Amino acid sequence: MPEEHASRQDKIWSGSAAAIADIPDGATILLGGFGGVGVPENILVAMADHPAKELTVVTNHAGFGERGLAVLFRQGKVRKLICTYAFHRSAFVFREVYMEGKIELEQIPQGTMAERIRAAGAGIPAFYTPTGPGTQAAEGKESRTFEGREALLEYALPGDVAIIKAHTADRLGNLTYRGTAANFNPVMATAGKLTIAEVEVIVEPGGIAPESVHTPSIYVDRVVLGEDLELRSET
Amino acid sequence: MLIALFWEKTLNSDLKLKEAALAPADIARRVAREIPAGAVVNLGIGIPTLAANYVEAERGVMFMAENGILGAGPLPEPGEEDKDLINASREPVTAIPGASIFGHADAFAMIRGGHVDIAVLGALQVSARGDLANWTVPGAGKGGIGGAMDLAAGAGGVYAIMTHLMKDGGLKLLEECSYPLTASRVVKKLFTDIAFIEFAAEGPLLREVAAGLTAEDVQRVSEPRLLIAKPLGTMTP
Repeated sequence: MPEEHASRQDKIWSGSAAAIADIPDGATILLGGFGGVGVPENILVAMADHPAKELTVVTNHAGFGERGLAVLFRQGKVRKLICTYAFHRSAFVFREVYMEGKIELEQIPQGTMAERIRAAGAGIPAFYTPTGPGTQAAEGKESRTFEGREALLEYALPGDVAIIKAHTADRLGNLTYRGTAANFNPVMATAGKLTIAEVEVIVEPGGIAPESVHTPSIYVDRVVLGEDLELRSET
Repeated sequence: MLIALFWEKTLNSDLKLKEAALAPADIARRVAREIPAGAVVNLGIGIPTLAANYVEAERGVMFMAENGILGAGPLPEPGEEDKDLINASREPVTAIPGASIFGHADAFAMIRGGHVDIAVLGALQVSARGDLANWTVPGAGKGGIGGAMDLAAGAGGVYAIMTHLMKDGGLKLLEECSYPLTASRVVKKLFTDIAFIEFAAEGPLLREVAAGLTAEDVQRVSEPRLLIAKPLGTMTP
């Protein structure tokens, strides 16, 4: 990591490609976004030109259409997808690659995914949840009964890298989100060993009032201003 | 001859069910009336989302979506859509005055933590004891779990909506679901195109039938033995 970027005083990087350049083969990537909103679109474009392979991607759904995450599936860079909704009719690229046996799939309940990521960021190695007993989500999992109700043991789900999208950042990496573009982004920010945020606006420290910060700077390592703010891979 | 008679009888009764069946918007209207004032409600994709259109604002019902909004309002006017404001069905929405917005971890803490009163979910099959199957059908590469398992397990109660029969006439209200389950013993109320059924400790209780039908008509296309409410109501929009 170049020294000027190691500073906690200025986490702004020059562009998407530079901000992700050191992602290694085999990395587990937490990727923010839900339904085409709050997706780090510019970083996904940069990922398509990045050599990293054998990636595990953790994200809500298996992409839509031909762009964004679908490009990485097509390129064969993703070894495993962990998601909550795999087979939407618009996720036809994922389906094709999956049916060819070229990608592994772990499909998990959405709340379990959010909480596994939250646990990773909060230093909780595992927890019990009442979601999933009696379903395919329970297969191979330990369970216990609390106050008469069965619950499944679920493990924290950390990322080597979290790639997220926020609306505004200050130079220290404090973030705010806009509308339902928050979705998985704030929780993923806490659970990446390296957290990279694509944003639409960058302000000086103090430009976001302390009590208005959604993601405190401590969770964020790199900030990049999205090159094309109109980019939408899922429409 | 006997087979021909039986065939004719089945055809006639199928026709009777088809003629009596409520349209999707009318099922949504019936569901809407069953939502108590002040409830916090999560709506699944399809007819459940339609139900929001028929809940009057003065009833103070709060609609929440698991992608992080409490207080989702009507769909925006064309041209008024906000690219950053959608519901869990990926439709643009509005936020009512007093709405709040949060991330997925908080959204599912609300859901799992029992803060959401009702989840209105589409169903593929429902069992005699209120098991719900709604996320996939047997075979590879179909559907997805999404938030359904958390909603079904965590909400105060599930209102399930489905057509009473499959397109080929197959039953969907069964003794045991044959499709992969979403959650066990969670459906409180089931609304189909021909009946409204509540799940009591003693079993499924037929509360209402579509106009023109009898309890026997609904029983004939339901695998579990139905208890019949007295009086049996008519399912009106």
